[in-house]
Amino acid sequence: MVVEEFFAQTRVFVVTGKGGVGKTTLSGAMANLAARHGLSCLVVQMAAPGASRPPETAHLSRLFGQDGVLDYEELVLKPLDGPEPAGQVRARALRADTALVEYLHAHGMKRLSRRLATSGALDVVATAVPGMPDILVLGKLKQMERAAAAGQPGAPDVIVLDAPAAGHAVRFLQSPHGLLGAATGGPVRAQAEEVVAMLSDPTRCQVVLVTTPEETPVSETVETAQALEDKAGAALCTVVVNGRMPHLDLPADLCAEVLVGAAGRRGARLSEPGANELVAAAALRRARQRSEAAQVERLAAELPLPQLELPFCFSTELGPAQLALLTDALESGLASWSPVRL
Amino acid sequence: MNPAGEEPREQGDGVRHDGRDAPAPPRAQVVVCIGPGGVGKTSTSAALALLAAREGARACVVTIDPARRLADALGISSVGNEPSRVPPPAGQSWAGELWAVMLDAQQTFDELVSRYATSEGQAAAIRANPVYRNLSSALSGTQEYMAVEKLFELQESGLYDLIVVDTPPAQHALDFMEAPRHLARLLDNRVFRMLMVPTRVGLRALEMGAQLMLRTIAKVAGGQVVTDTVQFFTEFEGMEAGFRARAQRADELLHSSQARFVLVCSPRRDTVEEALFLASQLRHEGLAVASVVVNRCYPRFDAVPEDVADALREEGLGGVVANLADLRAVGEKEEQQLARVRSFLPEALVLRVPLLFTEVTDVVSLAELAGHLSGAPAAGAPAAGAPAAGGS
Ligand SMILES: Nc1ncnc2c1ncn2[C@@H]1O[C@H](COP(=O)(O)OP(=O)(O)OP(=O)(O)O)[C@@H](O)[C@H]1O
Ligand SMILES: Nc1ncnc2c1ncn2[C@@H]1O[C@H](COP(=O)(O)OP(=O)(O)OP(=O)(O)O)[C@@H](O)[C@H]1O
Ligand SMILES: [Mg+2]
Ligand SMILES: [Mg+2]
Repeated sequence: MVVEEFFAQTRVFVVTGKGGVGKTTLSGAMANLAARHGLSCLVVQMAAPGASRPPETAHLSRLFGQDGVLDYEELVLKPLDGPEPAGQVRARALRADTALVEYLHAHGMKRLSRRLATSGALDVVATAVPGMPDILVLGKLKQMERAAAAGQPGAPDVIVLDAPAAGHAVRFLQSPHGLLGAATGGPVRAQAEEVVAMLSDPTRCQVVLVTTPEETPVSETVETAQALEDKAGAALCTVVVNGRMPHLDLPADLCAEVLVGAAGRRGARLSEPGANELVAAAALRRARQRSEAAQVERLAAELPLPQLELPFCFSTELGPAQLALLTDALESGLASWSPVRL
Repeated sequence: MNPAGEEPREQGDGVRHDGRDAPAPPRAQVVVCIGPGGVGKTSTSAALALLAAREGARACVVTIDPARRLADALGISSVGNEPSRVPPPAGQSWAGELWAVMLDAQQTFDELVSRYATSEGQAAAIRANPVYRNLSSALSGTQEYMAVEKLFELQESGLYDLIVVDTPPAQHALDFMEAPRHLARLLDNRVFRMLMVPTRVGLRALEMGAQLMLRTIAKVAGGQVVTDTVQFFTEFEGMEAGFRARAQRADELLHSSQARFVLVCSPRRDTVEEALFLASQLRHEGLAVASVVVNRCYPRFDAVPEDVADALREEGLGGVVANLADLRAVGEKEEQQLARVRSFLPEALVLRVPLLFTEVTDVVSLAELAGHLSGAPAAGAPAAGAPAAGGS
């Protein structure tokens, strides 16, 4: 599938997965890939439910060589000034408290909005109305999606939601359904209905699941996938395996003598301790490659979704160089990607 | 054995020891594991408890959302909310005992309601109220609050020498430390206070602003919500004091010299920064990080000379050479992250814990992880003797 087709499938990609598996990293790579193909992309980062503030880190900005912490105001991560025609990448954070203020504004309750939104009043509302903060945030997202669908000036072609960790995401995406079942009325109910309509329409919104090729994250991804489909009625787009070790050919029967001998044949002297280091390093890599392959296979068996892969970067800090590498991987993976797994 | 982190805590002690006149509480040591998501808090918590059990303590770990396989291995997936004993792996024995519990926040809250309700009728009415049922899922920090409550309950039981508490991923603030205060804050909230007023003095006496706010909530979310909320507070009446006092004592426990904090992170820049942010917030509270577990580090390998590398490549062993270069590159970067942690937290014991060959899913792998944690504050807890002696 070509990249443009992939991004044309839907307007909002909801990226979720267990904590720390690479949701933010993948969101950055997807946005970067869209931009490479001339599409403008907005990454929306969400604070975890309950938490009023977005994450403190500048991880997403750093992927693009910047260091701003995301906030309510949009940040341009990739400007429109490259040599080739490319799209823009922008990012912002969404928070329930500011969404509440906006909501009240939009519903003619301007005077009250400031007061109600400060001083922890959101907690009160959240407690009284389950899922209320989620509805506010999703409502705002829906508004952005509508703007994009209508092709409003400045609206992005693609929206990537860097969603909360999996367990929270299920609850988050389920909350409009929950609210519809509860005895609430008024504009909140109308809002929930509109959000449900967006979540259950695959042409408007699809979920991208991220996992690492490890046992626990894979198991939890399978569970999350089922819960998202069953309880939240959301369409699943693909699963992305992040951080897989790039494959190296390493002989299974490697031992120190073999290495010392091989070096000797070319006139180089490899000490025994040196050879042991090489053997130990190779054993570690082989063990990981094997267990990762097994987990990827298990994921394929247990979750009938197409897969994409992002390699592990041998670095502790991901910046533009790593982003380029990850974007390349995504791009080449998409070449053989198809929405229905064969 | 591990003086790391003692000093800043003493400063905090000066202010917070008003509880000292109370009857001597059972002296269980408390270890709280905090850190960003997915770095190994649950695994580390359980391993620290195991370590202490191996060395003779009766140790209990309170886990939060453990991976299913680990929960199964600890035998806690089907037992709700009460500690169960974890036997050592076949063929081994521990000098002490390992206990584990999986936190059930809702049940813990229910028990708390029963404890402070004046009658079973009151408890039942509260439990049936829709607003109460929302509390535990909607009110931010409730899980943390219940973890602290569980910790406090286990400490009061006097059955353990050491209690290790796992925490949900904390990114934003010291949710855990603030948790006990959270409900109190909610009860103090102006809006809730206003909601409680009508039942006492009637709506007429409400200030204009309050009326407006109530009407707004009704308008946005429907009148039923206001009715339920007002009813919840009517039912809750009389219990606040008990809740508040208990939260206060739990808060004191966390600030006492019996509690120590272990910061868990991975050697990646973003998680290191999140972790150091948490540490600075702890410091703000007058508390110190006793040790830092930098988890899942790659082992370090020595380089081979360039001519050897060339020779091996020519012999078709390029993969072996490339692999060493990969692992050395990441190992070196990780060392820089560790150096950052050490310089930010010079008082703390910084432990470099390797990426294990297998995930931590059973007691055997937990024991392996524990082997890399010796020196952490939980080790030798029962022998530590006089934890409250602030002067050393
Ligand atoms: N492919 C990769 N190679 C190397 N490191 C990676 C890779 N992907 C992610 N990381 C690192 O792993 C850590 C977690 O990644 P990331 O922040 O993207 O995860 P997340 O799922 O968004 O986390 P959270 O749940 O905390 O929001 C980061 O420090 C990141 O730099
Ligand atoms: N040193 C290690 N080597 C290999 N795997 C590890 C190590 N430590 C933890 N793990 C694995 O990493 C995963 C995450 O660990 P764990 O669940 O303890 O993290 P956590 O911080 O509690 O996560 P969460 O924030 O989601 O609660 C688990 O699959 C665990 O088995
Ligand atoms: Mg993230
Ligand atoms: Mg955990």
